Amino acid sequence: MFNDIKLLGQSQARKRWRPSLEFKKKRGFLDRLAQQSMALLTIAISLLAPLMAVALFLRARPILAVESWRTLLFSANWRPLQGDFGFLAFIMGTLWVTAVGMLLAIPPSLLTAIFLAEYAPQKIRDVVMPVIDLLAGIPSVVYGIWGMLTVVPLVGNVVAPAIDRWLGILPLFHSENPTGYSILAGGVVLAVMVFPIIIAVAEDVIRAVPQGLREASWALGATRWQTIRRVVLRRALPGVIAAIVLGFSRAFGETMAVLMVVGNVPQVPHSIFDAAYPLTALIANNYGEMMSIPLYDAALLGAALILLVVVLVFNLGSRFVLTKVMQRQGQNG
Amino acid sequence: MINKHKLEEIFFQCLMIVSATIILGSLVLILGTVIWRGLPALNWAMLTQTPKGGYYFGKEGGILNAIVGSLCLAGGATLLAIAISLPVAIYLQIYARRSRYTQWVRLSLDVLWGIPSIVYGAFGFTIMLFLGMRASLLGGIVALALLELPIMIRGMDESISMVPQALKESSYSLGATKLETSLRVILPQTAPGLLTAILLAFGRGIGDAASVLFTAGYTDRLPDSLLSPAASLPLAVFFQLGTPFPAVQDRAYASALVLTGIILAISLISRLLSKRFTKHIIR
Repeated sequence: MFNDIKLLGQSQARKRWRPSLEFKKKRGFLDRLAQQSMALLTIAISLLAPLMAVALFLRARPILAVESWRTLLFSANWRPLQGDFGFLAFIMGTLWVTAVGMLLAIPPSLLTAIFLAEYAPQKIRDVVMPVIDLLAGIPSVVYGIWGMLTVVPLVGNVVAPAIDRWLGILPLFHSENPTGYSILAGGVVLAVMVFPIIIAVAEDVIRAVPQGLREASWALGATRWQTIRRVVLRRALPGVIAAIVLGFSRAFGETMAVLMVVGNVPQVPHSIFDAAYPLTALIANNYGEMMSIPLYDAALLGAALILLVVVLVFNLGSRFVLTKVMQRQGQNG
Repeated sequence: MINKHKLEEIFFQCLMIVSATIILGSLVLILGTVIWRGLPALNWAMLTQTPKGGYYFGKEGGILNAIVGSLCLAGGATLLAIAISLPVAIYLQIYARRSRYTQWVRLSLDVLWGIPSIVYGAFGFTIMLFLGMRASLLGGIVALALLELPIMIRGMDESISMVPQALKESSYSLGATKLETSLRVILPQTAPGLLTAILLAFGRGIGDAASVLFTAGYTDRLPDSLLSPAASLPLAVFFQLGTPFPAVQDRAYASALVLTGIILAISLISRLLSKRFTKHIIR
């Protein structure tokens, strides 16, 4: 009798202080449910890029049945109405604009990142970094408008005639295009768009280099610049490469800003003052009529597939190189 | 005596200051150009009216359709992206062990970040063809959400990774499950970081033209359902620039100014809010 009451009391006490079995089960169940659904979402997200490639490939297949890969990639013959789809002019346009943009972007943005990380006092950094963030957020059409209003006239009226006069003998700098809507204008706009991306990442990486390394170098009598070049940059190299790859991805796929300043003439360019027609601009300009001409939609989605594949290969390739570099650094201490 | 090393030092310092000036100058120049060309054409009617007949020939009307359309597109896309990003970020940080698998997921997120927005648009378009949909608000929202995902997940992932291990462990030691820890401890703790990631993604979404070109279409009306086409500000800028009439082109500059204003406001709000929300943080 007493025992029973004792037990009753215990069980009531238990009830008061411990969660019931069902409640525990429910919490555990919710936790497992959350884990499983989150895992599923994560898998879905990581398969998104391959899924995109497959979807675009399926849509582009009709054109692959008609034309061989080689014709598509290496023929400059673009007459959709006659059924000729050669992407060479557009591929070259994309490559030229991206290359000029990156050449213009890398030196100043790395120098600025070094300046901000190594030389600038905290006050200047506090002002400049938010401005850099802001620059990163400006939409591409706004860059495009700026390009049309200031860069294009500048290239057409000042830069092209001047450089043509001094360096016109070199084919790369020969100017026959007086409008200013050119690869150089596209490159300048792309460079300005890429600045904040490279600076933000590179500055972070350079600042993460341990202070002890710098001090050791200074103690040996090296100047600040020698220390930066031989010690800091060497240590930060993988991160700097990653920053450049990010910038490249952005520049390579930029559509609107480039489209507005590059002239959109389907030709294989020979000079930085020629107009060009990048792949992205081709897709954006012709999406309207692509369902009305046979195979045109397949060709344009094929162009999107080319862009996707290049970005995938470039990103994975650079990641591979980076891990190699990091491993070697690890071995050297 | 000035030696070679000293000269080199001075030379590179000058070069750095020149580059920093060029880069900051270009920002001033961009904002200056947009304000200088956009402000004269900006008026109340532009912000409060939809395009009337003949708007694209210089008659009256405004870009309310694009403003509302853009806010709907980017807002919807951001909500959808939050619903996907938050679980993925929590999974990567709280549930999954650090392993080859999480490295691989992060690599694929980096790759997604680099995929051009026009490819997202083309992908959205193929999906819509597959489902038999037409250009619509919903299509635009999905394409933009995909575009925003990598930005948002990376931001959230990073801010959750800043939570001290001890905080998580003390929550576990009180008997909380991982889910309860994530919702009641991690979320309040990381609110400012999450918010910054969300606003960053929203800004990217509202400024993007190439992905909505295929998927959301363009219309002069306000969006009234998820399945009807929707206008957007970047495309409004683009189409108005494409007309041969200077008056309409001026409106394009004004539309670009509106878009830039929204972006600046977002960046300002995110700065203010991230200060406000820090009061819930345990240090």
